[in-house]
Amino acid sequence: MKEYADLRLTVASSPHVSSPVGTRALMLDVLIALVPALCMGVFFFGPRALVLTAVSVLGCEVFEGGYRILLKKPQSGGDLSAAVTGLLLAFVCPVGMPLWTVLVGDFFAMVVVKQLFGGLGKNFLNPALAGRAFLALSYASSLTGWVKPGTKYWIELGQTGADVVSAATPMADLQSGVLPWLGSSEASMRDMFYGNVGGCIGEVSALALLLGGAYLIFRGVIHPRIPTAYLGTVAALAFLFPQGNDPVDWMLCQLLGGGVMLGALFMATDYVTSPSTPLGGWLFGVGCGLLTMFLRRFGGGPEGVSYAILLMNLCVPVLEKHTLPGQYGRKRNGKKTGKGGETA
Amino acid sequence: MDLRKQIKEGLLTRNPAAVQLLGLCAALAVTTTLRGGLGMGLCVLMVLTLSDGIISALRLYIPAPIQRISGVLIMATLGAVGDLVVQAFFPGLTEELGLFLPLLGVICILLSRGGAFAWENPPAASLVDGVCQGVGYTLVLALVGTVRELLGRGCFGSGLLNGGRGIQIFSAQYVAGGMILPVGGFLTLACVVALVRAGAERAERPRKRKGAAKG
Repeated sequence: MKEYADLRLTVASSPHVSSPVGTRALMLDVLIALVPALCMGVFFFGPRALVLTAVSVLGCEVFEGGYRILLKKPQSGGDLSAAVTGLLLAFVCPVGMPLWTVLVGDFFAMVVVKQLFGGLGKNFLNPALAGRAFLALSYASSLTGWVKPGTKYWIELGQTGADVVSAATPMADLQSGVLPWLGSSEASMRDMFYGNVGGCIGEVSALALLLGGAYLIFRGVIHPRIPTAYLGTVAALAFLFPQGNDPVDWMLCQLLGGGVMLGALFMATDYVTSPSTPLGGWLFGVGCGLLTMFLRRFGGGPEGVSYAILLMNLCVPVLEKHTLPGQYGRKRNGKKTGKGGETA
Repeated sequence: MDLRKQIKEGLLTRNPAAVQLLGLCAALAVTTTLRGGLGMGLCVLMVLTLSDGIISALRLYIPAPIQRISGVLIMATLGAVGDLVVQAFFPGLTEELGLFLPLLGVICILLSRGGAFAWENPPAASLVDGVCQGVGYTLVLALVGTVRELLGRGCFGSGLLNGGRGIQIFSAQYVAGGMILPVGGFLTLACVVALVRAGAERAERPRKRKGAAKG
């Protein structure tokens, strides 16, 4: 019997399924899904959008790699998660932002928010959004320097927010209670759908984001419950409490304007910082939607998506704790069900 | 009296701010500059040393039932004295420390060290404990203040060096204003706490290795 002690048996409960899908494949899908939005951003804001995005992606990879070299940890750059964070952080910045500012955001996102807490899977906040929140606190003027979209306003690579034609965003109009085509941004519904409005690089084109989100759902990378709950809550609140005469127009503007599409499809669905239980996912989405609409209506700034998602990120452990599904054959409170008792 | 142990405890293994997590309201509020952190730390150092020493010297003459209240009385008196002294000689610092200066007498480090150490140890050891703990607190606050001032204002030692203007390290354009806000205080303090605890762990390690038998 003695030789049994040396046998290394892996004991896990059945069924045993292995999958070739790893972090790298999932992140690659997310990157692919974000390409349309990047194309629209570059199309409307010019090549500087591409430069800013590339700097941000590189910055994230370098900061993560550098941190892990300094602390003698195994490299993780191959899993592309840093690239996704870099891309998303650039997507929530205005095109005229100085390049060094986005690097500060990258540093905060990768080192402070992600790596200091242990790296991928251990961060409790979405790194890209936390990076943006830090930039918003520290360099508010850079983060509100909106430029006019369209090729004739493309800016030179060296210019920064101060030099360019600034423009009102649809969100500013919505905050002051008017529909964008009646307000100072003069954006039509079609502009907001295609992305021909002032705003952050990746958030303007609802069309491209919906395409990317559909791809992710089709590929099974994300489950539709969080985006559905999030966008549904925003739509319901906007429809029930419109400002102005037309609730449907108001609802569509709230859905198409600002970062809610980007947030709902790509940020609230981050595996690490969203609940893994189904009911938790629904509650998380609804909470994001409620907070977003409260911040838009009553908050100090025109947009509230990033803070809404960050606040809900903090609630994830509580949501998961209270929405654990019951074991098979048992009710959620751990008592045996009447039916199928012998399996329990 | 083990001087080395007390110094090590004050600076690293039992550092009041970083390990015992005492006096953090003040540590967060006044550390937007090096001057604020250093000033607050030195005030606590003075009051703590004196209160530890006095409590320890009187500990055999105060009957047990009124021990605690006498201790609080001594601390409050010294806190008020400290407040008045700073107001009289450093009016600029008074403005910077604001509410936390009159609250010196009730800062929890005093209660903690008074209760934990001074009531049970002779005056000399208590004085040393006050100094060590006070220096540990001061160093943490000064470090937090330096980092926040550097990142949040782009300068070093404003109010202290260069005729009060401080040394401008980089232009105000690049300054991360968030570091001056409370959130910057939490972030910096957390990093400093991690740093001090890593140092404390390192200081503890050789002794542990000797004690633990292999196998």
